[in-house]
Amino acid sequence: MKIKVISVLCVLLAILIYSCQNEDDITFKRYYTTGSLVYQSHCQNCHGNDGLGLSALMPPLTDTAFLRKNKTSLACFIKYGLKDKILIVDKRSYDNDMPLTDLAPIEIAEVLTYVANSFGNNQGLITSQKVEADLAECK
Amino acid sequence: MKILIGAAALLFLASACKFNAAQNTTLPIYGNRTPVTNTVAGKTTTDTLYQTIPDFKTVNQYGDSISSKNLKGQIYVADFFFTTCPSICPVMAKNMLDVYNAYKNDKDVKIISYTIDPKHDSVNVLKKYADKLGVAGNTWWFLQGKKEEIYKLSESYLVRKPEEDAKQMFIHDGYFILIDKQKRIRGTYDGTVPDQVTHLIADIKTLKAESGQK
Repeated sequence: MKIKVISVLCVLLAILIYSCQNEDDITFKRYYTTGSLVYQSHCQNCHGNDGLGLSALMPPLTDTAFLRKNKTSLACFIKYGLKDKILIVDKRSYDNDMPLTDLAPIEIAEVLTYVANSFGNNQGLITSQKVEADLAECK
Repeated sequence: MKILIGAAALLFLASACKFNAAQNTTLPIYGNRTPVTNTVAGKTTTDTLYQTIPDFKTVNQYGDSISSKNLKGQIYVADFFFTTCPSICPVMAKNMLDVYNAYKNDKDVKIISYTIDPKHDSVNVLKKYADKLGVAGNTWWFLQGKKEEIYKLSESYLVRKPEEDAKQMFIHDGYFILIDKQKRIRGTYDGTVPDQVTHLIADIKTLKAESGQK
């Protein structure tokens, strides 16, 4: 009887430790999965299912250095769109307008997490708190 | 006896396959048909008149006037778009690029994209768009015409007539329409679905072979 109780406790402890260790991981996965759906409905038509964009019309999302450099502006790009701006992405210039969206900060965070960890990018979780902070600083 | 049945079954199977193959070598003709009865030299004959694309007047991205005359004796693929379209047009353009790349060196095949927003899509805008897309030469024309005429024309291509809407600006569908040398509609393909566009590329080849025979 004693052994049974101990073993059950051990298993519970193991589950607890396991779930604690992976909480960040689970948050990341939740952001990433929802982000992929946001991407499909709001971004994919122009940027493509492979993130490669379209010729010189739509910039690719594969330029990791660009994403890193503009980390604090990405949320602003998505929320307010881009108008009369020239972006240099992957050594090519893009001057087409990008439409604004009515996404909530959490959705922007999810889609950014998806993009920043797809198409050859690997930049980890982007939280909705960070997005809200970035949005407050939009120019 | 068993062998005989087996052989007969095989024969049936083989002929069934061949029958299908033969069917696949011609494309259907879409649209309304009108029977026309003519009396020539005392003999009465009935012909079928197929729906054809009517004449139109437009300007391409180089500023050249383009009418139906410029497409005489050519197979072409048509679609309707506008350069600032945020929804399906980029996908259509991406897929149409595959058609373009497959036939850009073939002077019998053309692609024409009518803009449904001629107010914004001037010749300059269309030229810039073509350049950015990586389209050069005279295989793929981006055409600007009078709005009402283009909208009317869309009906003869059997696509949804474009509509204006406050949010999306323009509502239209993403079909690619295959037109033969007699200006008849021989195929419609959803330009947003890569598989259907692959079909279109194959069907152009079929259509070319067919018109080569005549």
